Amino acid sequence: MADFWKRFSRNRGAVIGVVILVIVLVVAILAPVLFPQSPWRMVQRPFLAPLDMPSHPLGTDALGRDVLTGLAYGAQVSLLVGLVSTVAALLIGIPIGALAGYFGGWADDALMRFTEFFQTVPSFALAIVLVAIFQPSIYSIVAAIAIVSWPPVARLVRGEVLSLRSREYVEAAILSGQTSGTIILRQVLPNTISPIIVLASLMVATAILLESSLSFLGLGDPNLMSWGYMIGAARTVIRQAWWLSFFPGVAILLTVLALNLIGEGLNDALNPRLARKGK
Amino acid sequence: MSDPVLRIENLRIALPEGADRDYAVDDVSFELNAGEILCIVGESGSGKSMSANAMMGLLPDLVRPVGGSILFDGVDLLTLSEAQLLDLRGRRIAMIFQEPMSALNPLMRVEDQIAEVFEAHNLLTAKERSARAIALLTEVGIPDPEKAARAYPFQLSGGQRQRVMIAMALALEPEILIADEPTTALDVTTQAQILELIRNLQEKHGMAVMFITHDFGVVAEIADRVAVMQYGRIVETGSADAVLDDPQHDYTRKLIAAIPKLATDREQDAIGRQKVLEVEGLSKTYVTGGGLFGGNKRVVKAVQNVSLTLAEGETLGIVGESGSGKSSVGRCLVRLMAPDAGTVRLAGQDMAKLSGRALREARKSIQMIFQDPYASLNPRSKVGRIIAEGPMAHGVPKAEAYARAVELLELVDLDALSIDRYPHEFSGGQRQRIGIARALALEPRVIIADEAVSALDVSIQAQVLDLLAELKEKLNLALIFITHDLRVAAQICDRIAVMQMGEVVEMGPARAIFENPQNAYTRTLIEAIPGREKELAAAG
Repeated sequence: MADFWKRFSRNRGAVIGVVILVIVLVVAILAPVLFPQSPWRMVQRPFLAPLDMPSHPLGTDALGRDVLTGLAYGAQVSLLVGLVSTVAALLIGIPIGALAGYFGGWADDALMRFTEFFQTVPSFALAIVLVAIFQPSIYSIVAAIAIVSWPPVARLVRGEVLSLRSREYVEAAILSGQTSGTIILRQVLPNTISPIIVLASLMVATAILLESSLSFLGLGDPNLMSWGYMIGAARTVIRQAWWLSFFPGVAILLTVLALNLIGEGLNDALNPRLARKGK
Repeated sequence: MSDPVLRIENLRIALPEGADRDYAVDDVSFELNAGEILCIVGESGSGKSMSANAMMGLLPDLVRPVGGSILFDGVDLLTLSEAQLLDLRGRRIAMIFQEPMSALNPLMRVEDQIAEVFEAHNLLTAKERSARAIALLTEVGIPDPEKAARAYPFQLSGGQRQRVMIAMALALEPEILIADEPTTALDVTTQAQILELIRNLQEKHGMAVMFITHDFGVVAEIADRVAVMQYGRIVETGSADAVLDDPQHDYTRKLIAAIPKLATDREQDAIGRQKVLEVEGLSKTYVTGGGLFGGNKRVVKAVQNVSLTLAEGETLGIVGESGSGKSSVGRCLVRLMAPDAGTVRLAGQDMAKLSGRALREARKSIQMIFQDPYASLNPRSKVGRIIAEGPMAHGVPKAEAYARAVELLELVDLDALSIDRYPHEFSGGQRQRIGIARALALEPRVIIADEAVSALDVSIQAQVLDLLAELKEKLNLALIFITHDLRVAAQICDRIAVMQMGEVVEMGPARAIFENPQNAYTRTLIEAIPGREKELAAAG
């Protein structure tokens, strides 16, 4: 573990990513403390430019709501949606991939055709349809994102399991009389953890982007302030009030960038042999 | 002898921080004379390959030479620039590697790969290059060189690929040939041919050959002089005869003593003992290809009509070269693979027909020890868990299974505290002991050891073999020992079955097989064992 942190911290980008993500996390958690009033409340005149009033450093939007407060509450939504939908996608993808890889044969064929069915449908279009059918709410958004993003997990886990299944320690476990379930859970899956962690960190980033895109199109949860919604609402006034779309955009950019940097750092730290040379 | 062509003086190569020692090669000096074969012998991690790589400027990124010099033709190779080295490599110093498949480009025809050597040094025209390629292939003794020149590496056998590598190395008539374990990946009969080829070519071209190997048998076959390395230092040098017959250093003595002797003094006394395993008519055929559009199917008869018996307390060796089906037999016996036909009678039950729960029960009495000590233990489980898992799967309570694991660890001479450690904290030999403890955990009557000592250094190998023999005695186990190494088989087996292309071509008491082989193939195998002639001469 100490070794892992040493390798991880050697990657400067990854450390920057962690710093940014920690800041976003702290802001999200402390939002109700830092900004006690609701992000939906009108607090000043509309279109107040940034830095015009010290109490509203990032200005106000078309209805006089504070942009900074919106960003803080938006961080909550983005991180929550990103994490929960990724966990949900892992819960769908890992079992399917593990079963397909371990049992092979017709089980593999059936599960992989099922996976490909989801892969061939454009994921964003499917997410829009799902959210539209189930009514926009935080639950339907999380579910839609999970449903469109599990296939890569299943494929990754299947590949890993396929190569691990023929390892000698798995054969030894078969000989010692362990059942297939025990073998998958105890011998095979623990050894697929590293690539799954790397993939998951990137999936959180993708999920945040997906959620923002859905909110931008007006398919976000109407009761929750989110970055995508803020940009979507500011789109018509982009010439008069650039800051309304700029700051949420920067927030999305930084968060997604941080997650990608972390993912890359994890990849280098967890697969030291694949790490690029000369660093 | 003439002046040395190459002189290494006080060479010292530093390892990156955190390695198990400071220097990969520590204060090493030796000379290489024209027209001689110098063998560098040592176990894995002794630094023998590092010194060769330093000569070619092929050291890994974080490893660098920190002292000494490598003098070749009056120039210190360590001071040369990359461009100067490029000119030297191939033209004056050439190298052949251990694994001919990965050393050749799989997408290039053989003649193009040889021509590339000339191209790299801007020599000859395209036409001359291809003519030279065929001449070289003829010289290294590839059958039908014109056809081989047009072949891709995958179409050649391992021995032929190694011949191509040698042809490439010889292309520019280098003064020095470095051979890094060139026969380790080859079967014993192929190995004998390649050794002879290297010896002949060396004499013909008057090259100096630096031959790196871990195998004293190979040394006895080919070396003029020997340098023995341990932990990055040369502990002994001398002429081959002197070092092999009268080793001065303790480590050399230990290494030579650890080589399994060919002579077997075992008498078969299994008659009248109870049979634990009876195999009859075992067959397994692999079919690949074919598929939807009915392409050509490839049918490999891996095991053909094999029948064996194994008595209590007996060791049966199954020997053969790669592809002979010996491992397939082992895997069919424990049902890691389902045989197509035949019966495997274990304590009255037919293993080949069982499934599900009954199969899991039956497998308790037949366990396996695997080849690769690094792949056979789950890297994310602690050792205690690895050993206790089997009994726990059969309903033994956790505390009892762990207590048993401790006993087993002590039985295989490992510390009881090992149960809380992870496999990567152990050396290869220790891991193999853990593998043995795991196999014993279910109290089997038969153990199948599939190349169980092949991946180990010779001194470790001897210890593990001794342990196996001792355990067999103590626990009255029957052992099936699958190996490609006839020396190992001679040391441990009571009876031996020789396999070739899926069939058992000869079976009998070990002594009879070695002293009076009946089958032609068995004779070839035994004659190809490196160092055999020397041993026979020594035995008088």
